[in-house]
Amino acid sequence: MAFDKMELRDVEVWDGNFAAAQAMRQCQIDVVSAYPITPSTPIVEGYAKFLADGYVEGEFVMVESEHAAMSGCIGAAAAGGRVATATSSQGFALMVETLYQASGMRLPIVLNVVNRALAAPLNVNGDHSDMYLGRDSGWIQFDAYCPQDAYDLNFIAFKVAEDHDVRLPAMVHQDGFMTSHTAQGVHTLDDDTAYGFVGDFKPMNDMLDFENPVTHGVQTEEDWHFEHKARQHNDLMTKVLPKIQNAFDEFEKLTGRKYNIVEKYDLDDADVAVVCMGTSVETAREVALEMREKGIKAGVVGIRVVRPFPFFEIQEALKDIKAIAALDRSSPNGAPGMLFNELAGALFNTDTKAMLSGYVYGLGGRDLTKKHLTELFTELQANVDAGKITTPLQQFIGVRGPKLAFL
Amino acid sequence: MSEMKKIKNLKEFSTSADRFEGANLLCPGCAHSIIVREVLNATNDDLVLSASTGCLEVCTAVYPYTSWDASWIHIGFENGSTAVAGAEAMYKALKRKGRLKQPDRNPKFISFAGDGASYDIGFQWISGCMERGHNMMHIVLDNEVYANTGGQRSSSTPIGASATTSPAGRVSYGEKKNKKDMVAIMAAHGIPYAAQVAPNKWKDMVKKIQHGMAVDGPVFINAVSPCTTEWKFDPKDTMMLADLATDSLVFPLYEIIDGHELNITYRPKNVIPVEEYLAAQGRFKHLFKDEYKHLIKEWQERVDANWEYLNRREEARV
Repeated sequence: MAFDKMELRDVEVWDGNFAAAQAMRQCQIDVVSAYPITPSTPIVEGYAKFLADGYVEGEFVMVESEHAAMSGCIGAAAAGGRVATATSSQGFALMVETLYQASGMRLPIVLNVVNRALAAPLNVNGDHSDMYLGRDSGWIQFDAYCPQDAYDLNFIAFKVAEDHDVRLPAMVHQDGFMTSHTAQGVHTLDDDTAYGFVGDFKPMNDMLDFENPVTHGVQTEEDWHFEHKARQHNDLMTKVLPKIQNAFDEFEKLTGRKYNIVEKYDLDDADVAVVCMGTSVETAREVALEMREKGIKAGVVGIRVVRPFPFFEIQEALKDIKAIAALDRSSPNGAPGMLFNELAGALFNTDTKAMLSGYVYGLGGRDLTKKHLTELFTELQANVDAGKITTPLQQFIGVRGPKLAFL
Repeated sequence: MSEMKKIKNLKEFSTSADRFEGANLLCPGCAHSIIVREVLNATNDDLVLSASTGCLEVCTAVYPYTSWDASWIHIGFENGSTAVAGAEAMYKALKRKGRLKQPDRNPKFISFAGDGASYDIGFQWISGCMERGHNMMHIVLDNEVYANTGGQRSSSTPIGASATTSPAGRVSYGEKKNKKDMVAIMAAHGIPYAAQVAPNKWKDMVKKIQHGMAVDGPVFINAVSPCTTEWKFDPKDTMMLADLATDSLVFPLYEIIDGHELNITYRPKNVIPVEEYLAAQGRFKHLFKDEYKHLIKEWQERVDANWEYLNRREEARV
């Protein structure tokens, strides 16, 4: 079966899902094993149409659940080739067992996660509950803020995950509907350039090398389990971020588009800053500029790499900020939010005197408005002016009813 | 298609190239290793194997050792079949793209799993693999119990067996449900080949495994695997138990081609009463109390009815 290349315009109008599907096509994946779920379904559908139209040469296996989707990906990756899939929310939750297995078996699979809330109550809209659920699974996690990012970060993800010094799976996150179903201009790479950036897949410990049989997925108990987990953590902590930085640098040379492990906007002279992810970054940037017109020196930090968490990059970015807000789009269910905790952990032993407060927002697709962010920046400035935190440490914003705050 | 391996006699068979090492942690007298060896020795072709979590898996790949001299993968309890399906998809993709390292080989894709991992927790995954038409074989090592975790009932556990989660007791005769007819369910997927095999009938086994490897598409094999630990018999009696299972017709040996054409492949010359099969195992000991003896009669009637059904199916040629 031959496959054809696709002629793309320099700028296409794509939503995040189609951008991800196009990137997957251009990476010439060997096996996609997938199961549809809202809002990531169009990625799988888009890929299926590429196959039907003769633009894909690899295998496309439509399985009977997300658990099977990732199980098939694991078997395919262990066999030795490029593998990817996509999912959201409940499907991601169903996959969780296999996510740990994929990373523990050091298989470089790329998973596009279109972020969506977790039931109950059932909800199809975007929040970061699924992304947070994956944060201890041993995967690399990239976060896209718009369709362009969703496209570009797929190439980065393959390049880093498949590096023989890394050999870890990677997720590319985008916000359900806000990114996945919102069409924007996306600057494209032509097929040869895109594939050239990612490069040929180089197998390692592949089951299809019959001269060198391998055993994958062994049993270890108290004698060896800890060493395996420690080595995986070591590689995540020491090897991944430098590889990501290299890939970002190379990608910038190729395309002119610059990504950073921690994205900093208007931060140099800022007194107050919001740290957030996904589509909220763009809204926060707009409001920060408006705050500056009102005399509040506001900045924004976007987390581009959620795992491994960019501990030192965050320290550096926030070292001169006086009041910081961590925005978590997932219900912490009995604790401060994940971002709040990670920022607190990163800043605790430093010289900063920054005040850190947490905000939970946007659950189940609830909008984060400019008004919310204006109030938030104003509260941060009030903290700076008072020299102490004037609000509860954890506030829910955008939820109906009496103001909800804790700690 | 590769040439079928010729096997003349048991001596040659038992000493042919062995890709499953005797160095493993399975119980003495476990039928799993016998069945696995019979399956692997049926071919000289390269193998891509999986084991779902269970006795076979935990006893053969304990880091830093492995008993497997062939490509092998374990992921979890429910998804060993899909692991092999994924590998088979990769084989097809790389073949098409001209990237196989040894393009002249003709590998066979086989997943092994226990009855718990097949009849119960892995049921959906196996069904998916059968439905999608992967070129693979799923083999159940059917010991009718969750043996690895200490003898809990599965949906393969037969009526009257005492299992740890359906124990016989003062007011209970043990398992209350009939064994699930997994071969019929899998055959109903319309797959090219489904069969039941037993380790004592090794020629029948080899013939079926080779048939399964030769067809294009998914194959389901149910292998009776007498469990010395949970069935409670002396480890030296494994093959005797297998003989009792096949010759009492509790485990009839047959095949179903293309989802409908049923052939009985073994007709015992002397059919043994089911009572003898039950009496040889500690898990049925309580059935021989006066209050439960009617269950032995019912057992015999059920086995007779099933044998009658299989014969009718075979005669009908539909």
